[in-house]
Amino acid sequence: MSAVMITRKVTRKWEKLPGKNTFCCDGRVMMARQKGVFYLTLFLIVGTCSLFFAFECPYLAVHLSPAIPVFAVLLFVFVVAMLLRTSFSDPGVLPRALPEEANFIEMEIEAANGNVMAGQRPPPRIKNVQINNQIVKLKYCYTCKIFRPPRASHCSICDNCVDRFDHHCPWVGNCVGKRNYRYFYLFTLSLSLLTIYIFAFNIVHVVLREYRNIFEHVVSLTPHCTVLEVLVCFFTLWSVVGLTGFHTYLISLNQTTNEDIKGSWSGKNRVQNPYSHKNFIKNCCEVLCGPTYPSVLDRRGVMLEDSTRPTPSDASAASTYKSTNPVSQTTKSSAPLIPNEHTPEEAKPSIGAGTQKSTSSPKEEKPPSPTSPNAVAPAVIKESAH
Amino acid sequence: MSSPFHNLQELRHSASLANKVFIQRDYTDGTVCKFQTKFPSELDSRIERTLFEDTVKTLNNYYAEAEKIGGQSYLEGCLACLTVYLIFLCIETRYEKVLKKISRYIQEQNEKVYAPRGLLITDPIERGMRVIEISVYEDRGSSGSSSGSSTTSSSGR
Repeated sequence: MSAVMITRKVTRKWEKLPGKNTFCCDGRVMMARQKGVFYLTLFLIVGTCSLFFAFECPYLAVHLSPAIPVFAVLLFVFVVAMLLRTSFSDPGVLPRALPEEANFIEMEIEAANGNVMAGQRPPPRIKNVQINNQIVKLKYCYTCKIFRPPRASHCSICDNCVDRFDHHCPWVGNCVGKRNYRYFYLFTLSLSLLTIYIFAFNIVHVVLREYRNIFEHVVSLTPHCTVLEVLVCFFTLWSVVGLTGFHTYLISLNQTTNEDIKGSWSGKNRVQNPYSHKNFIKNCCEVLCGPTYPSVLDRRGVMLEDSTRPTPSDASAASTYKSTNPVSQTTKSSAPLIPNEHTPEEAKPSIGAGTQKSTSSPKEEKPPSPTSPNAVAPAVIKESAH
Repeated sequence: MSSPFHNLQELRHSASLANKVFIQRDYTDGTVCKFQTKFPSELDSRIERTLFEDTVKTLNNYYAEAEKIGGQSYLEGCLACLTVYLIFLCIETRYEKVLKKISRYIQEQNEKVYAPRGLLITDPIERGMRVIEISVYEDRGSSGSSSGSSTTSSSGR
């Protein structure tokens, strides 16, 4: 009996990723769900520059120098490239914990918390780590089921934890995080330069034209386009130049917008920024010239379809080694501190289903643990029970 | 307990997954990628402490090499910026090169050290660089240990 081969489209991992991102070009492009403001940004930049190239540049090239439009083109290309790079790349999303990892962390937490009296609120899930002699608190993310690394934060718009989360920018239609912060900064910087450039040469154009009109006793009105461009540039200038200045300040201190807004490192009683090198040049170099981090979301990887394989038990071991799909077997409780039997659960494969299922699984009563809560010898969690 | 496994193929075909151990990140040096070298008690009977620590320390060294901020990373950054980052369509970043080295190293360690002991290391990049996942296998023929896992979900936000 020959198996009938059903030719189906290969499923890539991006199709099953949780979170509220949209993907294009078969997973190559990753953006937030709301893209309207991004299209507006693109329209404003391309539109204003098109007017500049169409109406100002011929005049300026002839009467001043042909280098002016050439430089404008280079700057424009750089701005659009940086914008697209910021918008389309993975900001540094941390994938959610697979069921086994989530369970492991849960058991560690319970081991550290010990017995919670009925009716009492369990203590907040916080880990304290010491970084450069400062105590930093790592919070637990209930959506992603992980303890967030330092400087990571959960973006509620994209529903992802992002490493070195700066902010969610609707103008670029994406989060700004570890992987795309430098592109975002270069975008704002080059856009500031482009805006100043266009603004300046619009003024020059108007002045030249009026001067020529006065000289030649000709009356002609400044073209409407120039006025439009001047208006757009004027309003853009204040916001974008201000933003560039703000981010330059943040980079010099090696801070993120998120930390600045929350006031994580400011104030006398607060912890000092443990990530800053206390040197302006070093901080800038680390942020702008640091290594280019790879994406840990394997968006274009192919999902192994376990359901189509004839012998699931053989496939399970192989798939554990190769892909991120967890085994559909029960796992033994791995915390040595809880000696009780735990009810088995079926951990279903596939990333998306797995996390969603674990969040919707019903609560199960754990039999009271006879061990004392002090048996936390190997526990990593230094509990702060505030 | 000595394991009868000799290579990865045998491991895949004749073993069943018993347990998974997760080696967490060590953040004491900041946000650089570094894993804790503390030996987990679940592996006590399976592998020698020194072998395990060597593996983790080598991995940590690889990651440190990838994330090193120095002359080469500046050069790469500036060159990339000048070419509007199009150069990354042609060449690999240093980080990607090191990741390939890490992947080869892990494969080699699995073949030589871990599979004969019934263990398997998963590359951290497949787990978001958060943990080193070590799968513990048991021979299917042997009496299975009580398998089960807790499903106590979080008690609310």
